[in-house]
Amino acid sequence: MFEASELNIRNHRVERLWGLLFLLMTVLLILPVVVILGVLVYKGGPIISVDFLFTEPKDGMTAGGIFPALVGTIWLVAVALLASVPVGIAAALYLSEYAPDNWLTRIINLAIINLAGVPSIVHALFGVGAFVLFFKFGTSILAASLTLAIMTLPVVIVATRESLQAVPQAFREACWNMGASRWQTIRKVVLPNSISGILTGVILEVSRTAGETAPIMFTGAAFFLPFLPQSVFDQTMAMSLHLFVISTQVPGVPEAMPYGVALVLIGMVLAMNAVSIGFRMYLRGKKKW
Amino acid sequence: MVGQASQPSAAAPKVEVRDLTIRYGQKVALHDVSLDIRENEIFGIIGPANSGKTSFVRALNRMDLFTPGMRVDGTIRFDGRDIDKWRNVYALRRRIGVVFPLPVGLPMTVYDNVALAPRLNGIRKRAVLDEIVERCLQRAALWDEVKDRLNSLGSLLSGGQQQRLTIARALSQDPDLLLLDEFSIAVDPVTTMRIEDVLKVLKDEITIVLVTNLVQQARRLANRTAFFLMGEMVEVADTEDLFTRKTSDERTQAYVEGRFG
Repeated sequence: MFEASELNIRNHRVERLWGLLFLLMTVLLILPVVVILGVLVYKGGPIISVDFLFTEPKDGMTAGGIFPALVGTIWLVAVALLASVPVGIAAALYLSEYAPDNWLTRIINLAIINLAGVPSIVHALFGVGAFVLFFKFGTSILAASLTLAIMTLPVVIVATRESLQAVPQAFREACWNMGASRWQTIRKVVLPNSISGILTGVILEVSRTAGETAPIMFTGAAFFLPFLPQSVFDQTMAMSLHLFVISTQVPGVPEAMPYGVALVLIGMVLAMNAVSIGFRMYLRGKKKW
Repeated sequence: MVGQASQPSAAAPKVEVRDLTIRYGQKVALHDVSLDIRENEIFGIIGPANSGKTSFVRALNRMDLFTPGMRVDGTIRFDGRDIDKWRNVYALRRRIGVVFPLPVGLPMTVYDNVALAPRLNGIRKRAVLDEIVERCLQRAALWDEVKDRLNSLGSLLSGGQQQRLTIARALSQDPDLLLLDEFSIAVDPVTTMRIEDVLKVLKDEITIVLVTNLVQQARRLANRTAFFLMGEMVEVADTEDLFTRKTSDERTQAYVEGRFG
């Protein structure tokens, strides 16, 4: 009575075939990650040492460490975060909680999508024009970080808006019906239930700017500086530009060195991702509804 | 707000509705309704699904302001003032408590759920808040179940408890007008009876609009009842008259006797 018919068996086979095909495609995705990390660790791993991380380059960047570039990248990302997070969160709050559905809102949304599509070299030229020249910040961390901030603003806004939209509409209505204003509702109900998601999403997005090269090379990152930046108005070395420079611009660099720099750079980004993802997993366990 | 007259008077209606039409986009949800809700009465609204009952409640609280596509025409006067002309819509909403069919426990503690409205109103003293929280939870028949865990999350209570929490929250803003939209859907029958008893007492202080699917609930509680059908108000009458065929329209009779709907 419960015997499988011809059709059942065929369906089952086709089902398994498709499942395998999709699995194969997904596994292909892992391949580049494994190869990249493998090559970097194999070729760059041996050069990594405390000295490599914490001394400055020597002999025309063919020896020594990467300390100024490491510190510079941290500066650039941190200042970019400080600039883009408040603006991005405020804009997302407006779009999610206040904006009526009209032509202005639609234009803003269109602008965000288009801003996300602007190539990074165009952002770089905008940064030169706006921050270096017009606002007279000169080539500095401030100018470079603001350029990075503008570049990441769309993703910050989108990530934030998604976290805000994840708070059920019924919570807002319940609050409004008690006579709460929009701002009171945001403060008492919406933000407390989305701020952690917002922050993890935003850190994840912004940390990716650590690897950007084009936007900073004309606005604040230096070819070679043997000292650390003292303020946001100084120029600085950066990991991404340093990697570009020693790979293509300087003769006589030992082969392991660019791999080492790349490994440290990717390690920084992965570490920030890991922290962010761990934070998110911890918070998901504490979800309140 | 303090009413001695437990007998509804015809003098000054609490809410006057004139030529009320509600649309969502092109669709008409409620057409040309005029009625009065008297001070200190329980005003029942019965009718099958999709008859415009909930839209009526949403219009009273100016929820059209945050419901996309909802348009309200006609006038609603609350205490004699056109609610369209209240500049401070938040003050209006604070005087009107609302409970919807689906419970909403906000993701904060039970205590904070009930203390939210008083706090929005500027009450900070712990003793005053304690008193309000206890009184409202008592009235919503929830106090005994949660008094030992006021600090647990309101959103983690059971469905029925969350609904009573929602009712307690609606009472916590000390409203003049309480709108109950099928509050008993998520509540068990015994608790429903306890809340009904509370409503009978409450109407000495406030005015209650009771939208209900349960025809007998309207009969038990309402002084007067309106029958809505497919976006029209068929009639409004004293509840007993409506249920005893004294004034009733043929369709009302069919509905209250359970012949359709």
